[in-house]
Amino acid sequence: MLQNLTLILPEMILFLGAMGLLMIGAFSKGDSTRTVNLGAIAILALAAATAGSFANNAQATAFNGAFVMDSFAALMKVLTFVATGIAIIMSQGYMRLEKLARFEYPVLLLLAAAGMGMMISANDLIALYMGIELQSLALYVVAAINRDSLRSTEAGLKYFVLGALSSGMLLYGASLIYGFSGSTNFVEIAAAFQPQDGILPMAQVLGLVFLLAGLAFKISAVPFHMWTPDVYEGAPTSVTAFFASAPKLAGMAIFLRIMMTGFENALVAWQQIIILLAILSMVLGAFAAIGQQNIKRLMAYSSIGHMGFALVGFAAASAAGVSSVILYMTLYVVMTLGTFACILSMRQDSGPVERISDLAGLSQTRPFMAFCLAVMMFSLAGIPPMAGFFGKLFVFRAAIDAGLYSLSIIGVLASVVGAFYYLRIVKVMYLDAPADEVNEPMPRELSILAGVMTAFTLLFFVYPSPLVELADKAGAVLMQDGMVATDMLQEHLAGH
Amino acid sequence: MHDLLDSYYPILIFMGLSAVITAALLLVPALVAPSNPDPEKNAPYECGFEAFDDARMKFDVKFYLVAILFIIFDLEVAFLFPWAVAFGDVGLFGFWSMMFFLAVLTVGFAYEWRKGALDWD
Repeated sequence: MLQNLTLILPEMILFLGAMGLLMIGAFSKGDSTRTVNLGAIAILALAAATAGSFANNAQATAFNGAFVMDSFAALMKVLTFVATGIAIIMSQGYMRLEKLARFEYPVLLLLAAAGMGMMISANDLIALYMGIELQSLALYVVAAINRDSLRSTEAGLKYFVLGALSSGMLLYGASLIYGFSGSTNFVEIAAAFQPQDGILPMAQVLGLVFLLAGLAFKISAVPFHMWTPDVYEGAPTSVTAFFASAPKLAGMAIFLRIMMTGFENALVAWQQIIILLAILSMVLGAFAAIGQQNIKRLMAYSSIGHMGFALVGFAAASAAGVSSVILYMTLYVVMTLGTFACILSMRQDSGPVERISDLAGLSQTRPFMAFCLAVMMFSLAGIPPMAGFFGKLFVFRAAIDAGLYSLSIIGVLASVVGAFYYLRIVKVMYLDAPADEVNEPMPRELSILAGVMTAFTLLFFVYPSPLVELADKAGAVLMQDGMVATDMLQEHLAGH
Repeated sequence: MHDLLDSYYPILIFMGLSAVITAALLLVPALVAPSNPDPEKNAPYECGFEAFDDARMKFDVKFYLVAILFIIFDLEVAFLFPWAVAFGDVGLFGFWSMMFFLAVLTVGFAYEWRKGALDWD
């Protein structure tokens, strides 16, 4: 029992912290939003530190194997909790100006983070479902946090209805999988899901497909992406910044874990599905974003496309592939949070602006913000030497090493198409005549965050090995192979 | 086999008797009751509502809130029953797990109380 409680310590901290802050908020006289915000950030930092302390421990399970803690879970939890904390920091000013500042918001984000921690450590279908629902229920509410806005409530409702549908599919798949394996534990499922003569039995494939559909919905991979643009556009921008970062990390983490442990023998069945999801996501993300005028909608399609690129590494199903996905997701979250720090600063005295044309001539009116956003756009487009390029490099190298040539070629082509709309933003900012639509100064905490993210993105190539090694170590837990991405990095550096 | 059928003998009597009574209740009014139908009498009755109406009528959103708050404590009881039945087997860990669960619900209850969700007006 003591071991159980030790292993879920990060989640316990988040959960008890959320309860405590809820009581502080409910019982304090006057406005307690600031106190609760600061408390939530401190709790997330503590939870991240606790999760990080498990990084070098051997794999350990709790609650009869339903919960697993290893260096993969530790790394993903640290990243998720830190991303959630940054989302809270970024939200403060925006929520205050939009008159949305409520102490429930950080509390809900803490509960969502606890759910994400559960997801990342899930080693059992029931634990997986519990984590996903704990996360999703909090997310549905924060999507509709601006309850007087028609678009925000619509975003919340749409997300809720489609989320419930996807949970239904996931549960249906889980029930079939339980029926065919007699267990909800990933390790025992792996023993039951064995292909015969290179083919997985049809009924087992059905269960697997439903589970995949439910999980693909959570990371918004095409064709389960329909909710993303509307929810991203309708929700308040600070909520969108959160949606685009931490839940994606957690979703990809559980996706990796269940496929690499629960269905490690059923690779023949799921690899082609992942390849299809990757191709569709990359292509749709690249083409659908071209016509967008709203920057939040554009970021929604951008995130769909990036999920596709991450799935390319996933499809490789090797140690290098897993660590490339971890690395890609880390860099994606840094770039996304950096971009949203700039988007949150797009304000005029009458309120926030969201159109891409509002950025016209930003380089002359707000040179620092324009520079940060330009670096983020170059990085998202995958142009060297920005961090985003290395993410794509590792993902495609893993795919090519696994023999997935056509997937890699389609991916590279999609990233060329995608570069168009990222570079269009840079062009609008640097070459168009100033429209002076964005005339409020950048808030201090946002400029600090944007500056840090920009510096990281710009300078990642100077000393990438610590992060790559961390990703490798985490990936090696899921795949009992060698340190392949590090070798790739050395090879790459030697080549130049 | 015979014993088995014997054990169902009361049911047979019950079914026969109910058939006779229902038939009588249907037949007797048809023969003796006066019959003067008019549209109001023929209209279906549903305790106070218009029987065939738009289901999307307006009613106070506060009912939803009460219903949602009720569900939470309804579920709490649903968890308490199996816990109470298995109380001897779940041990100290089971006991404290339930206490923790109840404490969490109490936190939620305190929150909704403070936020005024329980005030009708």
